[in-house]
Amino acid sequence: MSARDEILNRIRAGRAGPKPYPGSGPVPQRGQVGGEERKALFTRMAVQAAATVDRASSRADVPSLVKNYLSQHNLPAEARLAPDPRITELDWASQPLLNTSIGGTDGSHPVSVTGAFAGIAETGTLALTSGASSPTLLNFLPETHIAVVDAKDLTGTYEELWERLKAQYGEVMPRTLNLVTGPSRSGDIEQTILMGAHGPKRLHIILVDEP
Amino acid sequence: MQSTSHLFKDNAARALNDAHLQQALTHVRTKFITKRQDAMDALPEFDALRDAARDLKNHVLSRLDEYLVEFEGNVVKNGGRVHWCATPADARKTILDICRTAGAKTVTKGKTMVGEEIGINDHLAANGIEPIETDLGEYIIQLRNEPPSHIIAPSVHVTRDQVEATFRKIHTDLDPNRNLTEPSSLLHEARVKLRGRFLVADVGITGANFLIANTGSTTIVTNEGNGDLTQTLPRIHIVLAGIEKIVPSLQDAGLLLRVLARSATGQEMSAYTTFSTGPRRPGDVDGPDEFHVVLVDNGRSKLLGTEFEEMLRCIRCGACLNHCPIYHNVGGHAYGWVYAGPIGAITTPALIGIEHASPLPEASSLCGRCEQVCPVRIPIPKMLRHWREEAFERRLHGNRARWALKAWAALATRPALYRLAMRVGVGVLGMLGSRRGRFSSLPLAEAWTRHRDLPAPQGRTFMAMYRGKK
Repeated sequence: MSARDEILNRIRAGRAGPKPYPGSGPVPQRGQVGGEERKALFTRMAVQAAATVDRASSRADVPSLVKNYLSQHNLPAEARLAPDPRITELDWASQPLLNTSIGGTDGSHPVSVTGAFAGIAETGTLALTSGASSPTLLNFLPETHIAVVDAKDLTGTYEELWERLKAQYGEVMPRTLNLVTGPSRSGDIEQTILMGAHGPKRLHIILVDEP
Repeated sequence: MQSTSHLFKDNAARALNDAHLQQALTHVRTKFITKRQDAMDALPEFDALRDAARDLKNHVLSRLDEYLVEFEGNVVKNGGRVHWCATPADARKTILDICRTAGAKTVTKGKTMVGEEIGINDHLAANGIEPIETDLGEYIIQLRNEPPSHIIAPSVHVTRDQVEATFRKIHTDLDPNRNLTEPSSLLHEARVKLRGRFLVADVGITGANFLIANTGSTTIVTNEGNGDLTQTLPRIHIVLAGIEKIVPSLQDAGLLLRVLARSATGQEMSAYTTFSTGPRRPGDVDGPDEFHVVLVDNGRSKLLGTEFEEMLRCIRCGACLNHCPIYHNVGGHAYGWVYAGPIGAITTPALIGIEHASPLPEASSLCGRCEQVCPVRIPIPKMLRHWREEAFERRLHGNRARWALKAWAALATRPALYRLAMRVGVGVLGMLGSRRGRFSSLPLAEAWTRHRDLPAPQGRTFMAMYRGKK
């Protein structure tokens, strides 16, 4: 008998009669907000998780906001852009002091700029899906990760996120879905939280009101 | 991993006399508890979510076979492979075969408790493949050649000074005069050291917090991002998971995520929650070429339908350790095997046999805090009592303990006799101890009086006073 059959047989011999599916619990009231309230909640929760958030009235403002963020924090003026048309089609030439290149990363890029599939206001979390326009390593290898999320892509709750995923991807999930809540951290030395363990030391979110 | 659970008393005595350990444990006694409380206070639905999480897990366990088969089908549909392993030896062989086929020299690892259960690191190393732990805490204890002492904070027993000493001893290629005073400089050193290892590893092994039946996805939850580098950079991603990790859908994982981080670290969400479905897709810029899920039973399926079934609801948050007065005092290594604290005291006998772990269910005052804080409401004290009964029935206690328990049972089941014995005992002890008010030694009670005085009874028994009031 295969290990598979052995395990399944043991389960069938031991398990009780099927109990009905009880549902996935209450949806926290906190996230059930829309409009400006949703944006404010997303911002508040992301900041609580040690991310920083800038507001842009339109995508056209993104290149200058990226440049300003990097210079304010004395960070290298270079950005690896995700091959995402929402990012690459912006007017990066408007920032002559900012070096940009496009593609994935092997760890040699200090700063990445990526799009986001969604943001979840309930916990200030970004949802990033992998694909040709969104290499996963851009979310992890650079020391600074700048993510651009459109206000229309904010969900209040996780329930709305799962619905949107299904609407976009159908039955087949993307290879990787990253839910990112703040920058990388570790509490493994005397339970004191330190930022920048293996992933980005800084997570900066640009929330765009009107694409 | 070789168990020393049967030596709990010796282990605990050593732990209580270990000054470094006692210093390190002060952080558990305070920080985890307040953070969890703050997270609870910020979410009014928290208790209702715990009820829902319990009910969901009970439902899953009642249909575990169906969900596992559904999960398998969806992993395969997305280009991955599922390996069923009944025993730790099966799982070790499966993983070694995958690594050998790939010609792997180094394997990076995210945190996996099942990996500890099956002893995968030693097995890989013995076969010429270097395993590299990448979670900071796991990295620290790998360098120190120690097992984890906590489910989510594996190096919680190590002080900052000890981390510095370990890094200086192992990282001999770095400047011996470098300044490592700040914890952040230790973190930075580990980051730089491990970054190099991530980039060249052939295989990445992660655990799984959840397996999602209707999408064939596996989920990991980390704060460092080490799990994501582990599973994205190498050519092969192996997920090592216990069969009880399955949930029906993303919504259900969402429910458990709402209670997991809050119970564990008091965060709303851990920094990184990652869902992985199959290998890299056409057009993807990065990600592994192969995706393997190794499903491990190791004694879990035989708990179904027994009084121990409910322990399979565990989502490994560590809250019961963080709130346990015994764990606070002896730390994790005293428990002698992979899982420490209250959940370890009920899981270890189930997985390695009560005959090898009979002191663990005794290592509790049954205060009930573990059950109070459990996000899936596992009745841990009830199970500790079940294990005590089983140990008694299987004659695992010494003769003296058996005799004492039998004498106690004879008294406790005969109320008239019990009251008489109490009246006589309290009277005699009260008289004997009336001068000093306490006993520093007493026949049959050395286990108590060796460490502290026993207060002498004062006045009448409770029942006598109760009758007097009526």
